Amino acid sequence: MSLRNALSTGKSAFIPFVMAGDPNMAETEKIVAALERAGATALELGVPFSDPVADGVTVQKAAERALAAGATLNGVLELVKKLRANGIKMPICLFSYLNPIYMMGYEAFITAALKAGAQGALIVDLPPEEAGDYRAAAKKHGFETVFLCSPTTTRERLKLVDDYSSGFVYYVSREGVTGAQSALPQQLEQKIAALKTELKNPVAIGFGISTPEHVRALSGKADGIVVGSALVKIIEENPANAAAAVEVRVRALLA
Amino acid sequence: MQPKTHNSNSPDDRGYFGDYGGRFVPDTLMAPLLQLEQAYAELSAQPEFWREFESMLTNFVGRETPLQYASRLTEKLGGAKIYLKREDLAHTGAHKINNAIGQILLARHMGKTRIIAETGAGQHGVATATAAAQFGMKCVVYMGAEDMARQEMNVFRMRLLGADVVAVNAGSRTLKDAVSEAMRDWVGNIADTHYLLGSALGPHPYPRMVRDFQSVIGREAREQILAQEGKLPDTVIACVGGGSNAIGIFSGFVNDKDVALIGVEAGGTAIAAGEHAARFAGGKPGIFQGMKTYILQDNDGQASPTHSVSAGLDYTGVGPEHAWLHDLKRATYTNVNDDEAVAAFHLLARTEGIIPALESSHAIAYTIKFAPAMKGKTIIVNLSGRGDKDIGIIQKYDGARK
Repeated sequence: MSLRNALSTGKSAFIPFVMAGDPNMAETEKIVAALERAGATALELGVPFSDPVADGVTVQKAAERALAAGATLNGVLELVKKLRANGIKMPICLFSYLNPIYMMGYEAFITAALKAGAQGALIVDLPPEEAGDYRAAAKKHGFETVFLCSPTTTRERLKLVDDYSSGFVYYVSREGVTGAQSALPQQLEQKIAALKTELKNPVAIGFGISTPEHVRALSGKADGIVVGSALVKIIEENPANAAAAVEVRVRALLA
Repeated sequence: MQPKTHNSNSPDDRGYFGDYGGRFVPDTLMAPLLQLEQAYAELSAQPEFWREFESMLTNFVGRETPLQYASRLTEKLGGAKIYLKREDLAHTGAHKINNAIGQILLARHMGKTRIIAETGAGQHGVATATAAAQFGMKCVVYMGAEDMARQEMNVFRMRLLGADVVAVNAGSRTLKDAVSEAMRDWVGNIADTHYLLGSALGPHPYPRMVRDFQSVIGREAREQILAQEGKLPDTVIACVGGGSNAIGIFSGFVNDKDVALIGVEAGGTAIAAGEHAARFAGGKPGIFQGMKTYILQDNDGQASPTHSVSAGLDYTGVGPEHAWLHDLKRATYTNVNDDEAVAAFHLLARTEGIIPALESSHAIAYTIKFAPAMKGKTIIVNLSGRGDKDIGIIQKYDGARK
């Protein structure tokens, strides 16, 4: 299934984020299986990067653990292949910084990612203004693109983000880096409603969504709900049985 | 006094110097960068802004800085005639203050009340803390924990000036990690905060803006050498970390095709992964911290660890205008190692009575190699900062070698 279809069912897709290779690739395989069992509809799979400027400390540390355990972009694509071989059905969106992809080459990355079984990618530090070549290559191969927008995105740029996205548009819920927070920003629901009328693409919302209350509050409103740091934290705290702990947590988030 | 340099036409509208530069940032940073770009475009078109900048440089920074004929160094090396552009004599002891003053005037114009900065050796942090104190603004400086340990005196100076110095424990705990942390702070505080980036690097418009503020070095040096020698120099030499002192002095001469421009990077202990910071010797083009430029990276596109005895040169990427000048072959980039830089530090102290910053010592070290064969030629070396901050490092370094 495409990312776009997974976010166009009329129900909010639940999209967990985990860092590939944290604590190691074998464990990530088990964690992803647990996520699907617990009810995830799509997966954001993090590609670790040495200098993640958009991420808070929880995801930064996950990237450091993954890199220390030997993760590479090629290794992440190998993991995707294994996940498909294991019967994982949900669409997979790679979540990466640009440089590893730039070094591999856009064409090479896109064809390898599609071959491995990923549907698309979100490249955090690639705004549409710099994405001409990447988008052209993605379009040519039918690889879904996802771009970010945020509370400070102007209407003019929002249109650009929408035009360049083909999977969905990812709305960053607040001005800040990734990481759990206790309360959602005010008027988030109105903001999502406004975006849904303005955009051609489905809208997923992320950054700071961490509790069952948050998920409930956004259910039926956003096309997709991304929970990242809250799950990454569970993996950090339960290195020995991360998959089981994550499964319990996701079931609680979706209860 | 608007900086009319050769390169007022670069970068292009998208922030590109040839193939390099651009603006590779998460969406949350686009709004503040666009706001900054617009504010700078407006303000830099106003002569009053440059008059105020100039007045601050004269009355607060102590410009112009001298262009000193280094007679004893010249005699000792027995080749080219060597002039030193004495940025070490600017207030706070390095060229960094030029940019800090320019950007803080801009921040004030934009109504910002809180200033954040990254720092490596601490010179930019001190300059920013100084400018913030002068203008009554709150100041937070991010500094890698490793750099805080090796540049302790500058940490103390920043705190004396009223700044909060925040230790960064992520990654390699050096300059690149401080840059990331400052960007994270900015994303969360864009309403009241200006990110006062200290070198000619990062996303557009920083490389351009920082170059413009530092171009005062090159303008002065050009006039001074013409006044003293009656002709242009044959060669201009500067150290290159992010590259702001180098781009500042180069900008004064880049249109003078016969003036050779030489940038000196940190060769560390060896040109091998993790042992140096010479991007043009061991790096390749990639995307890092908002810009496309030469970076030190592994085959998977992860930033490689770097090393230099000088914290200010210990950085993964180089400013994009240098990448452009490199590919155009308009400037040449070379490197010297830790030992050579430390030897140059000692030599300049004893021959000229000037204790140079370890960063600037790299430029001196290359001059020591280069000048002897250049009899009859004239060289300007940008002495970008003074070395009081490095005395502890030198003590340890020399102690370990005894």
